[in-house]
Amino acid sequence: MEPERDGERIEITISSRFENIELVQVIAEHLCENAGLDEDGSHWIGMAVREAVANAIKHGNKLDVRKKVNATFQLHDHELEIRISDEGAGFDPGSIGDPLNPQNLMKTSGRGIFYMKTFMDQVQYSFVPGGGTSLVMTKNLAKGSGLASSKV
Amino acid sequence: MKATARTVDGVEVIKLDGKITIGSGDQQLREIITSALNGGKNKILLDMSGVTTIDSSGIGELVGSYTTVTNRGGKLKLLHLPAKLNELLHVTQLITVFEVYENEQEAVKSF
Repeated sequence: MEPERDGERIEITISSRFENIELVQVIAEHLCENAGLDEDGSHWIGMAVREAVANAIKHGNKLDVRKKVNATFQLHDHELEIRISDEGAGFDPGSIGDPLNPQNLMKTSGRGIFYMKTFMDQVQYSFVPGGGTSLVMTKNLAKGSGLASSKV
Repeated sequence: MKATARTVDGVEVIKLDGKITIGSGDQQLREIITSALNGGKNKILLDMSGVTTIDSSGIGELVGSYTTVTNRGGKLKLLHLPAKLNELLHVTQLITVFEVYENEQEAVKSF
């Protein structure tokens, strides 16, 4: 990572429309590439962001376009911290079954959080009563490409 | 997403181009599969070489399509998986579910 990028912070707020997901994903990918991560590694982080924003729009804000999704990206000492917040009622991430469980393998949903956890180092949800859901994901960009295969 | 279908030796070869993501392509995929089944075509080979982006919703639709076709007595197989889609199927172990081919002739013969 170039030293002058340390501490860089980018923030974007979108309305809850699926077509806005790509805006946030592209910011994540460009930020990673600018920080020196290779194309594949940047892609997988972008994918984690895509899944997080999609969940915030669909499950958090329930597609209510009046409700916003906020994304912040902060680079600090080779670590990228991504925070995705919505204005929904919150949910229990523990209620989502393990998609690798044979019973869940053929389910048509429930893989978004799994992909986030696969591509990022840490994924943590927090809930503020009446204040929506906040998801914080971190990735050490100095570790390399971040390819999914490196984690399986 | 754009879909182009042609029939090769009784197999419906459907080439998908573009995104299969939430709100863009995921429902379309379901409609394409339903339409093929309703037209009596239940041997389906999806050519994925033109798929530029896929997310968990798109993966979910692929799984749903597989189940729908199987339940209707047919078979759904995949052709020309892009590397990143291959990776997504691997980490979720779905690669064990789908039959994947790199050669169209070989894929068509397998039905």
